[in-house]
Amino acid sequence: MKNLSKYLADYKKESILAPAFKLLEALFDLLVPIVVAQIIDYGIKQHNQPYIFQQAGLLVLLAVLGIASSVTAQWFAAKASVGFATKLRQAAFDKVESLSFANLDQTAPSTLITRLTSDINQVQTGLNMALRLLLRSPFIVFGSMVMAFTINFKAALIFLAAIPLLAVVVFGIMLVSIPLYRQVQARLDEITRLTNENLTGVRVIRAFGKEGAEVAKFDQKVAAMTKLNEFVGRLAAALNPLTYALINIAAIILIYVGAIQVNSGAMQQGQVVALYNYLAQMIVELIKLASLIITINRALACADRVDQVLSIEPAQTYPEKNAARPADASVSFKNVTFTYPEAGAPALSDISFEAAAGSTVGIIGGTGSGKSSLAALIARFYDADAGEVAIGGQAVAKLTQEELRQQVAVVPQKAQLFAGSIRDNLRLGKEAASDQELWNAIKLAQASDVVENKAGKLDFKIEQEGRNLSGGQKQRLTIARALVKQSPVLIMDDSDSALDLATAARLRQSVAALLPKPTTFIISQRASSIMQADQILVLDDGRLVGKGQHQTLLQTCRVYREIIRSQFPDWELPELESEVD
Amino acid sequence: MGKTTQNNRKKSENKVGGQADGMSSWQAMKRVLRLLSSYRILLFLSIILAGISVLLQLYVPVLFGDAIDQIIAQGRVDFAAITRLLARILILVLLSSAATWVMGIINNKLAYWTVQDIRQKAIRKIQQLPLAYLDQHSSGDIVSRIIADVDQISDGLLLGFSQLFTGIVTIAATLFFMFSKSVPVTLLVLLLTPVSFVVAKFIASHSYQMFKKMTDTRGQQTALIEEMVGGVKVVKAFGYEKRASGRFAKINADLQKYSQAATFYSSLTNPATRFINSLIYALVALAGAFLIMAGQLTVGGLSVLLNYANQYMKPFNDISSVVTELQNAMACAARVFALIDQEPEAMAASLEKGQKELGEDLGSVKGEVDLHGVNFSYVPDKPLIQDFNLEAKPGMRIALVGPTGCGKTTTINLLMRFYDAASGSIMIDGKSIYEVSRHSLRRNFGMVLQDTWLEEGTVRENIAFGKPEATDEEIIAAAKEAHSWGFIRRLPEGLDTYLTADSLSGGQKQLLCITRVMLLKPPMLILDEATSSIDTRTEMLIQQAFDRLMAGRTSFVVAHRLSTIVNADLILVMKNGRIIERGRHQELLEKGGFYSQLYHSQFAQEEML
Repeated sequence: MKNLSKYLADYKKESILAPAFKLLEALFDLLVPIVVAQIIDYGIKQHNQPYIFQQAGLLVLLAVLGIASSVTAQWFAAKASVGFATKLRQAAFDKVESLSFANLDQTAPSTLITRLTSDINQVQTGLNMALRLLLRSPFIVFGSMVMAFTINFKAALIFLAAIPLLAVVVFGIMLVSIPLYRQVQARLDEITRLTNENLTGVRVIRAFGKEGAEVAKFDQKVAAMTKLNEFVGRLAAALNPLTYALINIAAIILIYVGAIQVNSGAMQQGQVVALYNYLAQMIVELIKLASLIITINRALACADRVDQVLSIEPAQTYPEKNAARPADASVSFKNVTFTYPEAGAPALSDISFEAAAGSTVGIIGGTGSGKSSLAALIARFYDADAGEVAIGGQAVAKLTQEELRQQVAVVPQKAQLFAGSIRDNLRLGKEAASDQELWNAIKLAQASDVVENKAGKLDFKIEQEGRNLSGGQKQRLTIARALVKQSPVLIMDDSDSALDLATAARLRQSVAALLPKPTTFIISQRASSIMQADQILVLDDGRLVGKGQHQTLLQTCRVYREIIRSQFPDWELPELESEVD
Repeated sequence: MGKTTQNNRKKSENKVGGQADGMSSWQAMKRVLRLLSSYRILLFLSIILAGISVLLQLYVPVLFGDAIDQIIAQGRVDFAAITRLLARILILVLLSSAATWVMGIINNKLAYWTVQDIRQKAIRKIQQLPLAYLDQHSSGDIVSRIIADVDQISDGLLLGFSQLFTGIVTIAATLFFMFSKSVPVTLLVLLLTPVSFVVAKFIASHSYQMFKKMTDTRGQQTALIEEMVGGVKVVKAFGYEKRASGRFAKINADLQKYSQAATFYSSLTNPATRFINSLIYALVALAGAFLIMAGQLTVGGLSVLLNYANQYMKPFNDISSVVTELQNAMACAARVFALIDQEPEAMAASLEKGQKELGEDLGSVKGEVDLHGVNFSYVPDKPLIQDFNLEAKPGMRIALVGPTGCGKTTTINLLMRFYDAASGSIMIDGKSIYEVSRHSLRRNFGMVLQDTWLEEGTVRENIAFGKPEATDEEIIAAAKEAHSWGFIRRLPEGLDTYLTADSLSGGQKQLLCITRVMLLKPPMLILDEATSSIDTRTEMLIQQAFDRLMAGRTSFVVAHRLSTIVNADLILVMKNGRIIERGRHQELLEKGGFYSQLYHSQFAQEEML
């Protein structure tokens, strides 16, 4: 929680003033029964009309003071809680954006989104309520007791006994039911998941005739939740009747003791009324306190979830300054082994190769063979377990984040664009890019027709997730987005998958003709995309099983031959000379 | 095919698009009450208990007032009367507590059971809705109806039961007791209470504007968060973090402004009404004092009146919050019922054990598939499939080829009866698929789609999805045939590995989907881009498995790769919903038509290189 409390520090004044004014209001509330007792005992008994008017006026004054301090308190509470939540939200957002890929792989985006949105909202509500009420309710409860002692010592002892008893009941029930409510929530989540599964898998479920089985599974989960709900409900339903009985039993004793005290002359009738009123006030506050504590408890749970995000240890750190700048755009791997966090087996084992500046490297292999992992290491999205990845002779781990981003441009496998104009999207990696630069990149990416045909051209608004573009259009725009950066190293991760072969070929030609020519890594399932590369890396299950040019690999690499055969069944392949792996 | 079936099909189609989700709160309320009526004894009991507990709770302060009146001053205390009154109070308090508790338990049952009923109805409806409905509604929307909306109904009902009825009884009884103590004071209270409503309403209408702005801004912020968190890897790859943070900060500042105002204004309601109450309290004390002096009221009576004046507002507040809650609940109920009331598809699959399927059993077929004059459209007036004719002999391999949106997948939808043709006939082994039960039709097809859906569960459960009684030997054999055994074996717990959303790669998921069909070996196969996320080397291995599977089975293959198409017995070239060319690969190439054009632009370059 320490992570969170520092965001409240700027609102220290408000956080103190809000409960302070709330206490002031409570104090005025506590005085009311005394004033009424005086009306009864002095005004009525002595038929003192001016006194009655005076005391009634006092009641009105107390009401005015009450609302004034209450409004002040609400103002400070709103300011502190909203201000705190605003700062917290910004910090959490920045934190998420700063997480490394290894961190991100371990948390689902949906969880992060919930934490940034509804969790922080809950924290805001909880803090607001706490500032307003957390002190007020106990203050009234104990204040009532103190006031009772000022009226009559013996009668006040009843308060002393009743308060802890009531507290035990109220908090006891709450303590038992809160974890149960959490269980209910977990079951509801499960039912949500199941419902969603039924919807997304509707074709498969129907194709396999599993409708009945799915219904039975759902019924069982729902019934279990109902049972649990009923159980918790039974417990929670006991709270009100139990406290009601206790407080009234206390009142019965109070009246009896009061009767004895009045009879002996130690107390007056009006004071009995006052004590009775204090008792009634107390129970209202205790119940309020209980529901407040539930709200706060929920807020604390949310705060804890936000805290978890804020306290994620970054899996990677970047040096403040470059040790030295890369000499050129060459890329080298020296005995690199890499395992994803929490994965059993390495995704890449002992990879070594050198790519000259300006050369084109093709990477091919089956699904899960490690192609994308290899590319991710060049951009240092992850750190290798062993070995060294270097650009221009400098280890990537020794470059600053800015330098690294400047050196490497990536076209990711998943064509992901953001809501906003085409211009905004293309400028993602280079804020100051001119329209001329954007159009150049668009042309190179074979995306001219995409942009030309859109209303507003560069100003065309892309919807969230790029919903108003086809897969191929999105892909070409993500390529253009990377080319805008004009980085020395370009990585294209399966980025022609949605393009037809002719377009893909034109794309490769235009990239090959770039000046200055970036060191280009082309990852593909399609042999045709990488065949003409200066160097082809063949990956199989995380190992480098072939390295060289197309013709050489055809003669030396079994895996490469199989890939070629699978895609070009009619080709005559040369004899396999010898296995290099 | 009979005319009636055609008409029926038309009708259900119109409903899908046409029926709005509109249902008034009142109608929704009636529906909820009808659901509740199956628990009418409990409902009746709950109302009786609520009445008892409220009346007792209100009567108790009166007795306390009477007791206080027996404590006049030193030496003037009637202990006998006090003891008698206090004993009576004790009994009534215990009785009322018991009644309240039992009522609470009953209300819980009512609410939770009703909600369970609704959810169970909803999930059944999902299984029987036409796919047209499900395809048109986002799954998020439907899930939120079944989860969040139903929860809101539950909350509304719980609060409604426990507070609406007791609230009304409380107000009536309070007024009765107050009038019995003092008519003028009660009238005073009655006249003044509306003031606090006016004040509350005034505040609410002013804070509403701010709330609206706050919600709008929050929406914008959530959209940005979704995008920047969902795409955080892109953000990082392009070093966009600082600018993203800046955009966020801008919206965040607006949100702060609006939410601070909204929070503050709305939090004024309680102090303001409390203030009005305090004024009423002071007036009651003042008026009461004069009435006592005039001998028209006792001190105990004043104590009762003061107590009531304090409590009197509470049920009004409760009721108004209940009404809001109930309104919300009914709006939600209307959304849920709109789902539940959707017309199920004709001859929907049976869901309960032992229930007979509608339509005759197709039995085990040879796999002769005839489509004749089939027309279909998703959107009225925009015909998609037009005059589709095909005669497939048992064991034929049919490839569907054509540009995106030409109707390949739609044809599959028609074969599996996910959608019904608007006209024309589809026969399997000479039987119309519209006359046989959906289960018996689909049992004869094995289907592998591009979308690799798996159930959350173990690998074993997923493979045995269509045949839960399969032995491990059968499962492993199927896995070996489908080339999934290699990776399954390497999973931490083999067949017992529990799969969640992200535990497998796309290719591995697809292998499991293939294994799932491999286990069943149905007489007909549908492969809709089934190998699209598998690399070509693995595909080649699977292709052998597919070839084995397809041998002797009628198969429909939507494919984008050359090898699958070349070996087909019949290639249907589709464009804009029509079959424009048909024949074998060589024939079509020689013809030099659309297929050869398509072939050259899509595949030929692979060879030219």
